[in-house]
Amino acid sequence: MHELAIAESVVSSVLERTGEQHVCVVRLRVGRLSGVVPDALRFCFELATSGTALEGAALEIEHPAGRARCRACEREFELADAILLCECGSADVTVLSGHDLRVTSVEVA
Amino acid sequence: MCATCGCGEGEVRVTAPGDQHHGHGHGHGHEQEHDHDHDHPLRTHTLELEVAVLARNDELAARNRAWLAARDVVALNLMSSPGSGKTTLLERTIAASDRPVGVIEGDQETLFDAERIRAAGARAIQVNTGAGCHLDAAMVQRALTDLAPEPGSVLFVENVGNLVCPALFDLGELRRVVVISVTEGDDKPLKYPHMFAAADLVVINKTDLLPYVDFDTARLRADARRINPDVELLELSARTGDGFAGWQQWIAALLPQ
Repeated sequence: MHELAIAESVVSSVLERTGEQHVCVVRLRVGRLSGVVPDALRFCFELATSGTALEGAALEIEHPAGRARCRACEREFELADAILLCECGSADVTVLSGHDLRVTSVEVA
Repeated sequence: MCATCGCGEGEVRVTAPGDQHHGHGHGHGHEQEHDHDHDHPLRTHTLELEVAVLARNDELAARNRAWLAARDVVALNLMSSPGSGKTTLLERTIAASDRPVGVIEGDQETLFDAERIRAAGARAIQVNTGAGCHLDAAMVQRALTDLAPEPGSVLFVENVGNLVCPALFDLGELRRVVVISVTEGDDKPLKYPHMFAAADLVVINKTDLLPYVDFDTARLRADARRINPDVELLELSARTGDGFAGWQQWIAALLPQ
């Protein structure tokens, strides 16, 4: 359950930038290849924010698919999971994106 | 509630660039101005952060990496399920090594593994994570201070037995090794892709048990490469020593000349 550690990292990286201000919304980008499960993260977020300036904040999670390029046929395609397989049958694939795990923005009062 | 537009105080949002509306964030699109005879007590604004969630861990990991490099210490992060044979592999590695070896042992509880490593003749520090399911860079930083690995040594970080969580946390290691034993089944790369995607080397351990289990080595190799085309693979038995020379050579290639 690394999502608790992730939720705690979200809280500390937001607090570092918002200080004492009350935070009402936290927006995250959690790529499909990041290894983080949004529902598990939501569950842990409430726990991790309790007693902080983020307590009660809404959590908005963007969960984009990854992108990859096939080294055999040079096609670019979408990746829904970590299995690297191009339509052409090649598994020799470069991952371009999908590992993102970031706080994109917050709403502060 | 605002009598003119019906917005509730709790949902007030004043959103900076790109939002021309007065910022209630509701889509009823009225154009007229209305004079509020009250203040919105929860006037909020957006802060664009674009900050990596694990930035703090990655920063500490980079510091660990520099600290280790300055001392010519080659650090390997060993990850696997519980019971894959990591500690047995380390016992044999320590016995055969002509360089000093240090080990950071990660487990939720007990000093069992650190005691085994010390008995095998290496420096060891145990990190007990309690409820934690992985080591992070801060834990390794503390352990490095206590362990004080010798310059020119090989440092193994035996992560908490878990094929999921440790994959996400950079510790400052030079290489990441996933150990998988043949008793666990050959379907693990597809079931735990993030771990195999993060690996530089996959060690297939307990090959002495291959005659007794349904484990298709070719399938595991093919699936690991479907997840991670550049991953290296080795087969060995830490118990009998079969294939162990390949592991020693792999480590030797990482050592400063």
